[in-house]
Amino acid sequence: MPLDPAFIGRSYPPSQPYDVSREKIREFAEAIGATSPAYRDAEAAKALGHRDVIAPPTFAIVVSMKTNETVMFDPEIELDYSRVVHGDQNFTHHRPITAGDQLVCVAHIDSITSRMGNDMVVVRTEISTVGGEPVTTAKSMLVVRGEDA
Amino acid sequence: MTAAVSTEVGTELPALSVRLKRDDLVRYAGASLDFNPIHWNEKTAKEVGLPDVIAHGMLTMAVASRIVAEWIGDPGAIVEYGCRFGRPVVVPNDDEGALVEVTAKVTKDFEDGTVKVNINAAFDGKSVLTGAFARVRVS
Repeated sequence: MPLDPAFIGRSYPPSQPYDVSREKIREFAEAIGATSPAYRDAEAAKALGHRDVIAPPTFAIVVSMKTNETVMFDPEIELDYSRVVHGDQNFTHHRPITAGDQLVCVAHIDSITSRMGNDMVVVRTEISTVGGEPVTTAKSMLVVRGEDA
Repeated sequence: MTAAVSTEVGTELPALSVRLKRDDLVRYAGASLDFNPIHWNEKTAKEVGLPDVIAHGMLTMAVASRIVAEWIGDPGAIVEYGCRFGRPVVVPNDDEGALVEVTAKVTKDFEDGTVKVNINAAFDGKSVLTGAFARVRVS
């Protein structure tokens, strides 16, 4: 049964603040084999004009994944988690995520479409500081594969 | 800030080859907190119809971002980054792993101090990220 488009526009309460640490950024950078000093060395990051070490462009997924899960496990939507595939991902950085940030996520369902038995749900997560400064807009398209697809 | 490298439309970025092995997937799982077993457990992967363990799409996306970050110098210049996950990168349990070959080219000047870089990540001769691009601040 296709997902109900009435859920388009649904928003979720803000997440608990996520504290961005130098160590987590370094761990993530090492896991992706990234060599940029701006991820590891605060002085190198400052020389580029940043307040502290910055995170790689896809680090925002670590911050926003929990809000994607809030949508996936929303009991009212009845989305079959075992059939969910990550279809696409986009990050718009209003500024780089930086060590020391305390980030809050608010998830929104931007669209629900159905095609060839699959449902496509676009979840937009607005990541901002606890003080309300916009940092990153993360959009994930979750594909719920149909039973015959 | 003005980029130290040529950012003219048509510029090709230095290519990047990355070999992903099982231990890289485990390390990424830990760093990203994405512990979906299809990224480390053959049995689960095969049960859901995959040929073998596959890399996290987000790992392939992250690895492909390096071509832009290493070229431009300041990874904070990447103001937008997006892709679709077209095909899985299958990672066998051996010493070779999977070779992901990343190429990229400046394709558009937005004339607002940013340019568009189209990125191709290929595995086994086929593109795995569809429509991957970054918008990069160059001045």
